[in-house]
Amino acid sequence: MPQVKFIEFNGTEHNIDANNGESIMTVATSNLVPGIDADCGGECSCATCHVLISTEWRAKLNAATDSEDSMLDLNPDRSTESRLSCQIIVSDDLDGIVVNLPEFQY
Amino acid sequence: MSGIVIIGAGQAAGQAAASLRQAKYDGSITILGDETQPPYQRPPLSKQYLSGELGMDRILVRPEKFYVDQNISLHTGTRVASINTSAKTVTTSSGGSYEYEKLLIATGSRPRMLTIPGSDLSGIHYLRTIDDVDGIRSAMKTAKKVCIVGGGYIGLEVAAVAVTSGLEVTVLEMEERILQRVTTPEMSEYYHELHTGRGVHIMVSTGVSGFEGDGHVATVLCGDEKIDADLVIVGIGIIPNIELAEAAGLDCSNGITVDEHCRTSDPDIYAAGDCTNHPNPIMGRRLRLESVPNAMEQARVSAANMLGRDKVSDKVSDKVYASVPWFWSDQYELKLQMVGFSADGDTSVLRGDKSTNQFAVFYLRDGKVVSVDAVNSPKEFMVCKQLYGKTVDPSVLADTNVELKTLLN
Repeated sequence: MPQVKFIEFNGTEHNIDANNGESIMTVATSNLVPGIDADCGGECSCATCHVLISTEWRAKLNAATDSEDSMLDLNPDRSTESRLSCQIIVSDDLDGIVVNLPEFQY
Repeated sequence: MSGIVIIGAGQAAGQAAASLRQAKYDGSITILGDETQPPYQRPPLSKQYLSGELGMDRILVRPEKFYVDQNISLHTGTRVASINTSAKTVTTSSGGSYEYEKLLIATGSRPRMLTIPGSDLSGIHYLRTIDDVDGIRSAMKTAKKVCIVGGGYIGLEVAAVAVTSGLEVTVLEMEERILQRVTTPEMSEYYHELHTGRGVHIMVSTGVSGFEGDGHVATVLCGDEKIDADLVIVGIGIIPNIELAEAAGLDCSNGITVDEHCRTSDPDIYAAGDCTNHPNPIMGRRLRLESVPNAMEQARVSAANMLGRDKVSDKVSDKVYASVPWFWSDQYELKLQMVGFSADGDTSVLRGDKSTNQFAVFYLRDGKVVSVDAVNSPKEFMVCKQLYGKTVDPSVLADTNVELKTLLN
């Protein structure tokens, strides 16, 4: 069971056992990790599940689609580490992934 | 045991329960819902759930186990019959009684029904619940000719799925254009051409007068005109479920009247989602919305205010609802994302080229951005959320060589 470490903007950590095939967004919302609104439910329609993922982990992820990239592009807090967590699917390769949460969702 | 009781088990209810536990509320939470499923997302019902792309497990708001883990008592298949505001209890139709300290009404809305002759024939479906869509999906397996009554977003989303799966599809719209209630003539024309191009037969200015068939629908009557159909799906709008609130004496006016804290006229009763009529301080008027983002945000706001004090930050909560409404609709490979109401605008500005199926129409009022319809254009959608109410030069919005990001500085 892959483990996901969420770190809130204030530094609080949440280590969660995740299931293969679910999205990082679902892992967060199903375990009451604050900081992810996920208003559209994971359809890449709203950009309220913005997370930051460091370079070493980002390399293991599928590249962002044009749609995800466009949604992120207008996020005032976008950095090179930005992803939408609904578009990241958990697998064994991601065991131990560290997901940093931004201060706000827009 | 007294605590927080939530009437309804839709998205607002599920989110409110989660927000309460997230804020470290450790009292009892009881959700009473008349459907048989745990809270699930409704938007995919007319889209990916209908097409079979997403299954039931993928549209649950939280997995079923969540409610057990979080000690949230979820009673499905339970219809609330009445609220007694002086005894602070709710009674279910099977005679169960629940005491509350705070009550959240998240009863949502129901489809407007047709009452014309033949409306009770089998093969005539409405679309609101997972059970409704399971019925439609199973009927689509054997149906050949589908007639959709109502050219709104629900009807058109269903039309897209049905025609894509090889059925003959007719859409009947009473008004002179599809999407008349929710968008501009320009967007109506675009969607009309899109559907027609995919093989959907659209008839506007066509009201349905009745249905005929031997037990099962076979013909849709529109005055003198007859349309063959073995499956009818009706999408002619929704009605907010306010009857419980009204019977309990709460103020209602086109929805359950709430203040900016999602509080009703009874200080211990809150309401969230489609059933509310609420003030929007950004837009300067009251709204009743049929929208998931609204349900989610009102759930968070009401949860915070029911607790009064946030146990995480130890601050007295004064969370106020103040969001610009936004919506989306998926039809074929096109994602339409909308901010605000296009009817609020006095000027429209096209950005991009409609023939590429990637464009946005911005709407301005007195020079200020008040709405956008963005087709396959997520950047335009995102920028409008942030530009709302700001004065922007229309020629700049129209110029695709200008990076939208530069407008946010």
